[in-house]
Amino acid sequence: MIINFLFAAIKAGCPLLFGTTGEIMTEKSGNLNLGVEGMMFMGAFVSFYTAYKTDSLALALLAAFGTGVLAAMIYALLTVSLMANQNVTGLALSIFGAGYAKFFGESMISKAGGSPKLSESFIKSISEQPLPLLGDIPVLGKLLFSHNPLVYISIIIAVICTIYMSRTRAGLNMRAVGESAAAADAAGINVYAVKYIHICLGGGICALGGAYLSLINGGGIWNNSNVVNGQGWIAVALVIFAAWNPAKAIFGSLVFGAFSVLQFYVPRNIIELPNAFYVMLPFLITTLILIITSMKKTKKGVQPAGCGINYFREER
Amino acid sequence: MNNDVMAIELKQITKSFGPVVANAGIDLSVRQGEILALLGENGSGKTTLMNMLSGIYKPDSGSIFINGKSVVINSPKAAIKLGIGMIHQHFKLVESLTAADNIIMGSKEKGLFLKKSRAEKIRSISRRFGLEIDPLKKVHDMSVSEKQTVEILKVLYRNANILILDEPTAVLTPQETRRLFDILRRMKQEGCAIIIITHKLNEVMEISDRVTILRKGQSVATVNTAETNIKELTELMVGRSVELSIYRPEPEYDESLLEVHHLTVADEEGFETIRDISFNLKKGEILGVAGVAGSGQKELCEAIAGLMPVKKGAILYNKENLIGKSPKEIINLGISMSFIPEDRLGMGLAASLSLVDNLLLKKYYQGKGPFVRKKEARALARRLVEQLDIATPSVDAPVRKLSGGNVQKVLLGREIESDPNVLITAYPVRGLDINSSYTIYDMLNEQKKKGVAILFIGEDLDVLLELCDRIMVLCHGRITGIVNAKEVSKEELGLLMTGAASDRPDLQEGGNN
Repeated sequence: MIINFLFAAIKAGCPLLFGTTGEIMTEKSGNLNLGVEGMMFMGAFVSFYTAYKTDSLALALLAAFGTGVLAAMIYALLTVSLMANQNVTGLALSIFGAGYAKFFGESMISKAGGSPKLSESFIKSISEQPLPLLGDIPVLGKLLFSHNPLVYISIIIAVICTIYMSRTRAGLNMRAVGESAAAADAAGINVYAVKYIHICLGGGICALGGAYLSLINGGGIWNNSNVVNGQGWIAVALVIFAAWNPAKAIFGSLVFGAFSVLQFYVPRNIIELPNAFYVMLPFLITTLILIITSMKKTKKGVQPAGCGINYFREER
Repeated sequence: MNNDVMAIELKQITKSFGPVVANAGIDLSVRQGEILALLGENGSGKTTLMNMLSGIYKPDSGSIFINGKSVVINSPKAAIKLGIGMIHQHFKLVESLTAADNIIMGSKEKGLFLKKSRAEKIRSISRRFGLEIDPLKKVHDMSVSEKQTVEILKVLYRNANILILDEPTAVLTPQETRRLFDILRRMKQEGCAIIIITHKLNEVMEISDRVTILRKGQSVATVNTAETNIKELTELMVGRSVELSIYRPEPEYDESLLEVHHLTVADEEGFETIRDISFNLKKGEILGVAGVAGSGQKELCEAIAGLMPVKKGAILYNKENLIGKSPKEIINLGISMSFIPEDRLGMGLAASLSLVDNLLLKKYYQGKGPFVRKKEARALARRLVEQLDIATPSVDAPVRKLSGGNVQKVLLGREIESDPNVLITAYPVRGLDINSSYTIYDMLNEQKKKGVAILFIGEDLDVLLELCDRIMVLCHGRITGIVNAKEVSKEELGLLMTGAASDRPDLQEGGNN
């Protein structure tokens, strides 16, 4: 029971982990991109469509990543080059992404004459399978090494991002840009290039979270429902919960994943609560976390100081 | 080193921002192994000119030669490549990173990963130049002079041989300044070309080989330091002769107006920014407050003005305790405070409102009915503009359009207009040129003669020594001495500021009666 619960929590947390890692990447380079929800929507549709047409998981993920990169590039063009307000641009991207997925999703459905379904062989390629040897370990084998491939990818990306940010030269330059673009510029770092690269990479990673939602959670069917359903927004809040550290985001997304699957594992005969309460729970927790972190008195050195501020060298 | 080749040569550099011409055809040159001082009043275009060398701005026209070769400097990166390093007035450091990371960031080195040995490498460079620094200390835990050391190391690490310093001594104690000058002299011996911007003329005389003077965006003269003097430099800078000593009337009253007893103030995190300080402020005197930036000056001002909660102690005004009173009640008692912060804008004036509206801000609640009375305020604004010689297109223009000096005159003028009995003024001449500064000193002296008690928080020790009657020195939130301004030397003040004079009881007691 407990193991099943934790197993489900890891699965539910996986799309959040993609979104959070991508957004951390973006914010660490000094840009607050509120378009996570939209980029996840776009990734969800594009990956489903590619999988539907090609039956290839690799191509589906690549397409989702590429779409996320392009969507983030629009955001980067507007905020970094044209100095548009970051919040407004991000919100617009969120709305645009949702519309994009539903618009093309609708036309995919009408062409297929009903909800399109992924092929059996594709569904098999993304099914949960124990890894050889590791999967045979009792308890841990089931809990950690019997997942679908995307779970491993999300964790590997989060770990690589953590090492990249804290240990590499490029990571240091990126942190410098996110903290103080003026200081980084004066030290000879190409601020604009650093911002573009990390916003785009971050967007690509976010879109993978959308791919997870449509390919795995969608059960192989696209019916133009609300696939992302606010997970992008939870990811934005999780960034704060994880203190801008992708390694901590792994734990954070597990906690949120646990809350979102809680309803299926609470013994009904003990606690009787309406279903709507459980659906609401992750958002309630998000709100609480935002309140608690805002109440903390010292915020020194946590949020990148330059996050949300556009940089223009000749500003006086 | 070939002494005939100019390390830097600027020819006919012009730069404008919209309608404002900041630099108009400036020529300037520096030899290798030479220190050039760049002198000029506020707004004469010194920083703009230097920013074109460091790649922040691009000139509209004119040419730049580095070591004899014509170059185009498009970005700070290009400037670094040419060996140009600039230490900006507002440090360009990432507060949350360590000294070592600040120094190596952006540098072109091989390898994907950061090396563990980077701290050791920085330590060895700093030793070579006789600099003291802990490479693993985070910048936000550093004092101003430590931050400056990091900036210098950043420049050295990039092997710069052209060094530009923008008002490097503005925030240093005399002792720290001397150490900085030693480093500059050493770099000069190694053949570096150095440009230093400073307002302090005695420093110009001490450190530079030649002086170039800018006035209103033009280079008006270049003179050899050995062949000039402070008076001549001032005249070149201002464009006419000026009287250089500050007039100090004798205090006429001997009654204590404001008494502070064992005051302790803590910030949000519980850190005590003011620790157990006691002093009194007399009617008709100017009490100066000296101290390294961040020693508790701001907190002291805000505690008296009622803007910051007090942890312990009492502030008595005419025997009435101010603690627990709202800022408005304190203003109504006749205690007025003006604070000029480092950026000089967020300073108690609403930048996008007009002069008239800003005057109304402090008085509107005295009127009756829901409407403000613009007519009176406008009359007052006109009077202030005339009295204080404020340069503004009209009293309805937003104050942010005024130059720094004029904004400061407005601010101080508004406080004086409210006819205070106690006037607290922090950094009223911050970043002002000589002319505007003297206008402000005159305004303060006039109030002093009227019997107003003035608490003057300053940064230039020379000014404090000449203007104030007594000087109180703060160090880490404590009073390290209250001294008679006529009897103390600059060096003694410097020692008190660093807290190094704790074994000198003679300094701590002097003038305390």
